[in-house]
Amino acid sequence: MILNIENDLNRFKEIVKGKVRKDLRRYMSSGEMIGKQGNKRVSIPLPQIGIPRFRYGKNDTGGVGQGEGDDGDAVGQPGDGSGKAGDQPGQHSIEAEVSLEELAEIMGEELALPRIEPRGSKQISSERDRYTGISKLGPEALRHNKRTFREALKRQIASGTYAPARPVIVPIKDDKRYRSWKTKNEPQSAAVIIYMMDVSGSMGNEQKEIVRLEAFWIDTWLRHNYKNVETRFIIHDAAAREVPRDVFFRTKESGGTLISSAYKLAVKILEEDYPAQDWNIYPFHFSDGDNWSANDTRSCMKLLNEHIIPVSNQFSYGQVDSEYGSGQFYKDLNEQFAKDERVVTSRIPRRDAIMDSIKEFLGKGN
Amino acid sequence: MAHDGYFFRSRRGLPAELVEAQVRVEAIAKGYGLDFCEIVFEMCDYDEINMIAAYGGFPTRYPHWRFGMDFLQMRKGYEYGLQKIYEMVINTVPSYAYLLDNNTFMDQKLVMAHVTGHVDFFTNSSWFAHTNRKMLDQMANHAARVRRHIDARGVSTVEQFIDACLSIENLIDPYLHHIRRTRPRSESDIERASLEPGVVKLPARSYMDKYINPPEYIAAQRKKKAEEVQQMQRFPESPLRDVMLFIIQNGRMARWQQDVMGIIRDEAIYFAPQAQTKIMNEGWASYWHTTMMTRDLLEDSEVIDYADHHSGTVTMRPGSINPYKIGIELYRHIERRWDKGQFGKDWLDCDDVVVKRDWDKGTGLGRQKIFEVRRSHNDITFIDEFLTEDFVREQGLFTYEYDKRAGHYKVDSREFSAVKQKLLFMLSNRGNPRIFVTDGNHANRGELELTHQHEGTDIQVQWAEQTLRNVANLWGRPVHLVTQVDDNRVVLHHDGTEFKAEGLKQKGRRRRA
Repeated sequence: MILNIENDLNRFKEIVKGKVRKDLRRYMSSGEMIGKQGNKRVSIPLPQIGIPRFRYGKNDTGGVGQGEGDDGDAVGQPGDGSGKAGDQPGQHSIEAEVSLEELAEIMGEELALPRIEPRGSKQISSERDRYTGISKLGPEALRHNKRTFREALKRQIASGTYAPARPVIVPIKDDKRYRSWKTKNEPQSAAVIIYMMDVSGSMGNEQKEIVRLEAFWIDTWLRHNYKNVETRFIIHDAAAREVPRDVFFRTKESGGTLISSAYKLAVKILEEDYPAQDWNIYPFHFSDGDNWSANDTRSCMKLLNEHIIPVSNQFSYGQVDSEYGSGQFYKDLNEQFAKDERVVTSRIPRRDAIMDSIKEFLGKGN
Repeated sequence: MAHDGYFFRSRRGLPAELVEAQVRVEAIAKGYGLDFCEIVFEMCDYDEINMIAAYGGFPTRYPHWRFGMDFLQMRKGYEYGLQKIYEMVINTVPSYAYLLDNNTFMDQKLVMAHVTGHVDFFTNSSWFAHTNRKMLDQMANHAARVRRHIDARGVSTVEQFIDACLSIENLIDPYLHHIRRTRPRSESDIERASLEPGVVKLPARSYMDKYINPPEYIAAQRKKKAEEVQQMQRFPESPLRDVMLFIIQNGRMARWQQDVMGIIRDEAIYFAPQAQTKIMNEGWASYWHTTMMTRDLLEDSEVIDYADHHSGTVTMRPGSINPYKIGIELYRHIERRWDKGQFGKDWLDCDDVVVKRDWDKGTGLGRQKIFEVRRSHNDITFIDEFLTEDFVREQGLFTYEYDKRAGHYKVDSREFSAVKQKLLFMLSNRGNPRIFVTDGNHANRGELELTHQHEGTDIQVQWAEQTLRNVANLWGRPVHLVTQVDDNRVVLHHDGTEFKAEGLKQKGRRRRA
């Protein structure tokens, strides 16, 4: 059955995608629903458009809660108070089990690797089986009981063997219907992702956590959607080294910052293992933008300009705000590559900006 | 719509066991003295119930994307197992209520009991006395009218206008039906008032005149009179709460726009009492579902599930108020007090803790009292009158505040007066700033002046800017909002394209960038 609300839903989706009513996009926020993954809470991004109203601002003075605790104890984030006027839905909050796979899917509806091209001999494909059809042949495990029953009922009524008083339906072989699937093959090319992370002293724990979260989500999403994408991980302070995935997501180091060291290593990896004619190349670099010297920044620009960007499909730079960092590198990059659409820069001031930043890197239609 | 009409599918009726359950629940409810109109229960699957919830309880609404947005949120919430709507009822006669088709039999009984509580409340609370009980038809009419305008003007034009109207949907007068605010005054009234001498001099001989009628006094009287006449000529005469109505009546807009805005205002007014009595209404329904379930309806095998679901409904998430919980506990508190005679002068004058603890005069007026309360109170008066120090302590209520340094909310105080004050503030005007029309012909240029009645909390300037833009477009001339930010008088101007803030410190503007 088609619900009346489908039209409203489609309209909303079109607005979110920016197809119509662009004036509304400024009110958009990525509202979140909290889900749980193991012991960690994860949030399920849900786009929301807030209609502007007169409302209270910053010196909004908290609220009233109920429960244990002394003065000064922390309380959880207050809910929105569910002040929706009108109906009175009795809502029951339940904790959710959402797998990482599912989350990647939820997240990925709007993402894609930009400018991916068919390259190289190692053709990979993003393929997906979809159960869209019905066939007369198939394994019993895929038997569509409802359809089978219906066919049998049809046949019995047509042949006059159906007795309403004793409605026994016995399917025969011809009645059986099976779910059938189609495999969609989208031939794509080999791709390599190089993650580079600044782990220098100026990156505080929160900054590193933000970078890890963002890299983690990008990685989870990529692995879910593209098969056989290769990934390489580099961490750097004043010197760079390549590390396995789990070290990248766990490491704690500190020291000075020479960004060029990471770029040099990236260039070396690319030259040795990933010739540009065979690979789509996506370097990601995360830092607080506080490089050691202008000199080093110059050699970074040189490396990028001559060795990295010419072979890359997209170079992505994500910058976290740190207390110590000047954030200069972001400005330098933007100055140098203002016109080059292969360079995407994004700032990630807080945790809740992670999703937006991922969209800036991988958003469709960028 | 016919009373026996069903909205969905093949006009599904209730299965026999639920028809039986409904009869039983209603008989029990009547036995307790609940008084309600006919209730029509409908079975819905979860997509249908999500849709109805997104539509505010109605099967048909005018087309608008925000219903789609709400629907998406509820659907995802359900699909990921985060939340589930399992009852909904609308205030109409007969009242329609929805049952989720995959609920267990115990759940359905619970929902039915809960719903009879709601319908009793709709029927008897004075705050609902003026609501349109044929709102189902009205909503369908509204939808048809908006669709007609869309056919004539195009989706985006009408939708954009609806968005602007929704921006000020909360600027209505929720006491519209309960207080008469303005006496209609005609031109001739004003004329007569301005012609009358106004100041009556006492008869006196000329040499005594300046003692009996002191000139300063006479001058002051004249001035007062002149001000009165001036006030009468103001437009509107006194500050007006119903900003929407004022704009509909006096804004520069086309016929179809007036119609659409009228529709949105009608619906906002219809929903207003539900927002005003959220705690009371949910508390009342919860009180009755527990009472009926635990005393009459539960089978032994259902007790665990019932306890689980009931506690899910009345659970308090840290840092937020659950209207179900506060409501039900407050009714119980009132019932206990009136059963034991803990009210009146003797009770209030007594300050012996021990005597108070064991106070029981066996008055037994509890039930009667809560029925009385549900008839006349709204959330604000309910809390104001019945939230006691004991209650705050028993329930462990506290106020919280945002701790800037720690970056999270923290418990601020457990003191009775602080809790009560904060609670009342949250409830007053549903936590919205109070905005009045103060001048409909500002500077004699047909501009609109709104005034924010500042009650200690500033409004958020960015949102105000966007809202004012919409108001300016609705009004058709520039608009001004007088308010306070950081204790300074601030006037925000918007002429539909450009925004100006007068008196706002620079730092606020820079932070936006």
